[in-house]
Amino acid sequence: MKDPTLFAAGLVTLSAGTFAFRFAGPVLRQRIAFPPRAERLLEVAAVVLLAALVATTGLTKGHGFAGFARPAGVLVGGVLAWRKAPFLVVVLAAAAVTAVLRLLGVP
Amino acid sequence: MSSIYRTLSGGTLRDIALACLAVWFIGLSYGAIAVASGFPLWVPAAQSVLVLAGASEFLFIGIVAAGGNPLAAAAAGLLVNARHLPYGLALPDGVTGPGPTRRLLGSHVMNDESVVFALAQEDLPRKRAAYWTCGLGVLLCWPAGAVLGALIGSVIRNTSAFGLDAMFPAVILALIVPALRDRRLRRAAAIGAAIALAATPFLPAGLPELLALLALLTTIKDRKTT
Repeated sequence: MKDPTLFAAGLVTLSAGTFAFRFAGPVLRQRIAFPPRAERLLEVAAVVLLAALVATTGLTKGHGFAGFARPAGVLVGGVLAWRKAPFLVVVLAAAAVTAVLRLLGVP
Repeated sequence: MSSIYRTLSGGTLRDIALACLAVWFIGLSYGAIAVASGFPLWVPAAQSVLVLAGASEFLFIGIVAAGGNPLAAAAAGLLVNARHLPYGLALPDGVTGPGPTRRLLGSHVMNDESVVFALAQEDLPRKRAAYWTCGLGVLLCWPAGAVLGALIGSVIRNTSAFGLDAMFPAVILALIVPALRDRRLRRAAAIGAAIALAATPFLPAGLPELLALLALLTTIKDRKTT
């Protein structure tokens, strides 16, 4: 948010581009066939981007390590999600573990 | 709308309602996290209506909050949202339309949930009913959750004492866990995460996530050898 104009440009780009993807599919349907391989590549790309975001927001702050409390909370949330715990439980457990660790003095 | 409720079975309507409730709750955490990351209330409010695609909105605010360039954040968000193109190709004709107004709104309410529910139905009237019920439900629940979450988030002052910074990665992780059950996807995700982490000390915020896409090369190699 340092530069409001640049921020607005980013927001408009994301909104307009997303709408364009949504609008193009039904329109192009009669004309082109999307190869399943390309579809699969898009799926993998989305998961890779989001996994990278989990890693950077879970483990780092600025250009350095974020401390142990946050990754520990995220790890607990991840294990619960893997065991198919409800979304609410996953998110609250992650926050609670991190909060308790900080209360105990873990950075 | 009354015809929609007669067309869909009770079980499908209940499943759609549950999906919308889950969307509402993720919206709640999204709004709270956005405000806790330093954004004013209008940012999650505007994004939730205009973008209407949860994962990319999380990605966008996550990268910008870390100091990344908003255009790099938008590029990452668009890569995540590119899946809507094949979604639209997979939908049978007549689900989003007819007519220009319905086609515009029908495109905007295209999301993971509405497409899944539409494809699961047997005939076109039911596909259309499921698509619109779920799509409009998400259009209401996602912004409603985001605004309420932002209001709650703006009341909490000390976000790190409550561990709110751990909620963000936990939400994204919970969203991708179903995909991570696939071994190849899990490996690509792990390599991508490792690349992003290794690059974080050296690159400006936002670029490590994009660099993680190099992990896609490992999946291409898979196809050549198998």
